[in-house]
Amino acid sequence: MSEGLGEQILGKHASVAEVAIKLGEMAAPLSRDEARVEADRCYFCYDAPCVEACPTGIDIPGFIGKIRTGNVRGSAVTILESNIFGGGCARVCPTEILCEEACVREAQEGKPVTIGSLQRYATDVLMATGEQPFTRAPLTGKRIAVVGAGPAGLACAHRLAMLGHDVVVFEARPKPGGLNEYGIAAYKVVDDFAQREVAFILGIGGITIEYETPLGPDLTLDHLRQAFDAVFLAIGLADPNALGVPGEDQAGVMDALGFIELLRQDPVQAAALARGNVIVIGGGNTAIDAATQVRLLGAETVTLAYRRGPEQMGATKVEQEWAQTHGVTIRHWLAPVAIEHSAVAFGRTRLDAGKLVVTDERVTLPADLVLKAVGQSFLPEPLTPASAPASFANRIGVDQTYQTSLPGVFAGGDCVSAGEDLTVQAVAHGRDAAIAINRYLST
Amino acid sequence: MADLSVNFAGIKSPNPFWLASAPPTDKEYNVVRALKAGWGGVVWKTLGEDPPIVNVSSRYGAASYGGNRIMGFNNIELITDRPLDVNLREIKSVKRDFPDRAIIVSLMVPCEEDAWKKILPLVEDTGADGIELNFGCPHGMSERGMGAAVGQVPDYVEMVTRWCKQHSRMPTIVKLTPNVTDILAPARAAWRGGADAVSLINTIMSIMSIDLDAMAPTPVVGGMGTHGGYCGPGVKPIALRMVGEIARDRAMAGLPISGIGGISTWNDAAEYIALGSGTVQICTAAMHHGFRIIEDLTDGLSNWMDQKGYARIKDFQGKAIPNFVHWEDLNINFKTLAHIDQDLCVQCGLCHIACEDTAHQAIGATRVDGKRHYEVIEAECVGCNLCAHVCPVDNCITMNPAETGLAFSTWKEHPNNPLRVDNPPLSTKALV
Repeated sequence: MSEGLGEQILGKHASVAEVAIKLGEMAAPLSRDEARVEADRCYFCYDAPCVEACPTGIDIPGFIGKIRTGNVRGSAVTILESNIFGGGCARVCPTEILCEEACVREAQEGKPVTIGSLQRYATDVLMATGEQPFTRAPLTGKRIAVVGAGPAGLACAHRLAMLGHDVVVFEARPKPGGLNEYGIAAYKVVDDFAQREVAFILGIGGITIEYETPLGPDLTLDHLRQAFDAVFLAIGLADPNALGVPGEDQAGVMDALGFIELLRQDPVQAAALARGNVIVIGGGNTAIDAATQVRLLGAETVTLAYRRGPEQMGATKVEQEWAQTHGVTIRHWLAPVAIEHSAVAFGRTRLDAGKLVVTDERVTLPADLVLKAVGQSFLPEPLTPASAPASFANRIGVDQTYQTSLPGVFAGGDCVSAGEDLTVQAVAHGRDAAIAINRYLST
Repeated sequence: MADLSVNFAGIKSPNPFWLASAPPTDKEYNVVRALKAGWGGVVWKTLGEDPPIVNVSSRYGAASYGGNRIMGFNNIELITDRPLDVNLREIKSVKRDFPDRAIIVSLMVPCEEDAWKKILPLVEDTGADGIELNFGCPHGMSERGMGAAVGQVPDYVEMVTRWCKQHSRMPTIVKLTPNVTDILAPARAAWRGGADAVSLINTIMSIMSIDLDAMAPTPVVGGMGTHGGYCGPGVKPIALRMVGEIARDRAMAGLPISGIGGISTWNDAAEYIALGSGTVQICTAAMHHGFRIIEDLTDGLSNWMDQKGYARIKDFQGKAIPNFVHWEDLNINFKTLAHIDQDLCVQCGLCHIACEDTAHQAIGATRVDGKRHYEVIEAECVGCNLCAHVCPVDNCITMNPAETGLAFSTWKEHPNNPLRVDNPPLSTKALV
């Protein structure tokens, strides 16, 4: 069946629960016994390579050792001390290119300790108790504005609250969590976990969130700088990139992030889109997440088209295999040249002296739905025209303490140039920026 | 294919693996299953006088280690709780049905000659191949003047052994308790009393663990616990040492030993045999995995013997005894050095931190091109082996003998030894 793009009828509606069951969960949680057995595989390395590979530097041998001794609360606190999003990161981190790639058992036998699953086990146990294990230092009377309630903003807010400061978070959307809420595949974070994690983080107190309050004419950076003792910008990358090909604007073509967001916010409506032939364009984890979910939800064929080879894909090997074993066809060396009615025309690509060239060879694939996952760009508009911080490589420029060119204005997460676009990296930025802000305020 | 059959103090057995006197050998049903599975023999769970004793409910405690269940095991069970005539009838039936297997009967009656005089003919009538005197049970029976209460007093051991030899034609094995300071004292007493063999060790007095909710020792019996007898893999080193002490004792040379204590694999058994044991007895491993473990025990031992060129058990039995010496007989000039195979190293750093914190600061930690690098500092290495033990990678750290150019010498001749053999005693010095 190949209807015209955008002509699908929303059809028979599956229930929210049915959609969730169809998507399943990427990794099942460990039982207590499984956790003990896996924890016993950890060698408790000295100067452990896994710690170095973790952007938040969690004491991994330490927390695993505590699981081994049955001190699960202590284990969770060890994790959360370094990474307040330890539960979420346990689910969404590409551990295969971080801690688990560095695990000495990977070098020894190609089978790392499954650090992510152990981290999830420990944090789940603590979060199930409803306890907030951290307390606030004596109140300082200082107020800090955080812009963006994603991982970077909330990690910063939590650490600032711990240090005794009061925090107001300004969030453009109606819900907190950022990409953890709007941009992560449903099968990675099930059961409303993203919202429960935010509630856990806010449990420390001293943090208020103003929803649907974006930076803009009504809330300028100048205003924040005047009203608060310091500002932390964690506004992410707001602008999905366009393909820049003809036909891109027609119905039936949407951003993969938009599809993922729809799936998280209105699963039934998103599921209704998953029909016929779907083409996902891109090579990162968002492309994988979108392709796998649309396939799981019932699309007849799902083709992920990427303009380079498997080695250049941003998605890890594990992610690629995950998609392929769930029925997604990955095709390399294809760049879209035009989106037609019910089809996408690709030009075959090749590397010419290291440069990607699109050849004259055309490949046309039928499409009822096209999802674009070719990255996001930093959108500077909310910060202009008022005195904006200096930018660097098209993002906000910061120094080693996450301070921008404007005194008292700090920034972190995807909107700054440093590091990779990972949740765990954003959390590290937020935490370390909070410490820097605290130092800035006490000098 | 190696010949695994043994003749132990006149008792023939198709292989050296016997089930020790314990719950697995309490009745015909279990014993028949074991013999059908291929066990060489059994020591029937200890018989006593009627009326039978009564056991409590909840009887075992266990220690897990590193995710492995039953690293150690303990029990508070007593001897058989079935009437004497039932056991005797079943023993007779088993021996009739399995004439080629070793059927030994463990006994424990009060320390009175009449009691032994009465039970021995009854056992002899079953056709059993021998008896084992339970002088080791550390709980329950010892409070009644039996078991370890006898085994801890060498004179009693000798006396009871003598009674048994006097009133029975059966080979008599004396089972020794490890709950003594010097294992040689009860062993020599058994030997003086005419024992045909000794078996050891019985269980070690132990509290397995404290249940921190019940605030009582485990196993918890209605809110309270008691000490039990410890066995399983954790006791093997203790038992091996005691077996070795007896095996190398010149006075008792040639006294057959049945080795017991933490034997789980053919490899464990081979070690006991190398240290002089003629048979080995197993309980905990069978209780953990069932009688089917006998298949690998015999197969593994046989394959290893073929590989080593040992045609019979006797060919390697006792081979390690001459090399089990006192500390003062070790070559003090021998030197061995740790070596790290950099290709195998996985950079876990365990060797470094162990040596740095708790030994001789002989393993350096550096980074070469950003990569962790651990290297032995030979000038500081005393060859203690700690690094090789903590290293999780097989053969990554090896201990290599180093040339010192020094001749064999022991502490007995060492200049630092005030009692060295060439140093005249102080009294002689004073006279000079």
